[in-house]
Amino acid sequence: MRTAVFALGLMALTAHAADLTQVVTEKSQIGFVSKQMGVSVDGSFRKFDAQVSVDPAKPEAAKARFEVDIASIDCGSQEADSEVKGKSWFNTALFPKATFVASRIRSLGGGRYEASGPLSIKGISRDTVVPFIVRAEGSGAWFEGNFVLPRTQFKIGEGAWSDTGTVADEVLVKFKLFVSQKK
Amino acid sequence: MTERYNPVTILLHWAVALLIFAAFPIGLYMADLELSPTKLQLFSYHKWLGVTVCFLAAVRLGWRAGHPPPPPIAGMPRWQEVSSVAIHHLLYLFMLIVPITGWLMSSAKGYQTVWFGIIPLPDLVHKNKELGELLEGVHETVAYVLALLIVIHVAAAIKHQFIDKDGLMLRMSLRPEGKTRS
Repeated sequence: MRTAVFALGLMALTAHAADLTQVVTEKSQIGFVSKQMGVSVDGSFRKFDAQVSVDPAKPEAAKARFEVDIASIDCGSQEADSEVKGKSWFNTALFPKATFVASRIRSLGGGRYEASGPLSIKGISRDTVVPFIVRAEGSGAWFEGNFVLPRTQFKIGEGAWSDTGTVADEVLVKFKLFVSQKK
Repeated sequence: MTERYNPVTILLHWAVALLIFAAFPIGLYMADLELSPTKLQLFSYHKWLGVTVCFLAAVRLGWRAGHPPPPPIAGMPRWQEVSSVAIHHLLYLFMLIVPITGWLMSSAKGYQTVWFGIIPLPDLVHKNKELGELLEGVHETVAYVLALLIVIHVAAAIKHQFIDKDGLMLRMSLRPEGKTRS
């Protein structure tokens, strides 16, 4: 009986050990590229958080929820940073977080995957498909990818800013997340 | 009849004059604007104009090497001859320096310069906040120096036209015939 309990416990432990749950935020990056008057401008978010449980050998079974602190945005200039926190852009006072829940993940083959689920920004939620690749490193794994965010669909940039001739509708969101085992 | 500048030289001179007269006030105005789509547009137009000025200034220097300017008009005092050459050289220098500092400043601030939104200019410096602010000051200062040089240049031309009445301005006129008759 004791042996059986011990064996069960060990099994649970090994199953758990395979799952990576800790997003190492210091190593990870969430950035974006917007196009202003035809010019690519880089930006990033300094603060984000995630609840992840993923076996890098079987990412299809992963569970993941990401949360980005919009006010931690870096758009390249102080002037732009304070502007995008305002009502016409992200309205961070009312909507401080953007979230993405990976509710379905499917393999595309060759180490490529596709997560889909609701992306919520500024009170608007839309099903979004996020392709990514997995690359094991040490005791963890890198999850890297990018997707196009149509900013006007989330009302990011209203009024005069909804003019996509000045700031293009397509914003490329790039992420590079390192997930390790719980410390 | 005094010898005129080459027609290509004349055309380039006035084209660059027009571009600078557009770029300078846009630059002054946009700098203090609050962030808006208009501001982004003006910054782009200003940068496109500046790059064009720089490009045409280089073309002018090349053209000038093969087509030297006409000799100074007869009877001009030596100091005027010397200072006119000096001002012209400085004008060329600053027509290059002002756009180049603007281009570097843009790169340092993390905004690449893409000529007419089509032709990307390489970022010669990396994004660096302190360098960006330093170059902003440099760009502003050299732009004012260029403006001052232009004021001197225009004042001298006006003096030749209306005080000396020596017909010097005809050498750079786009329509010399029409003016000589009046």
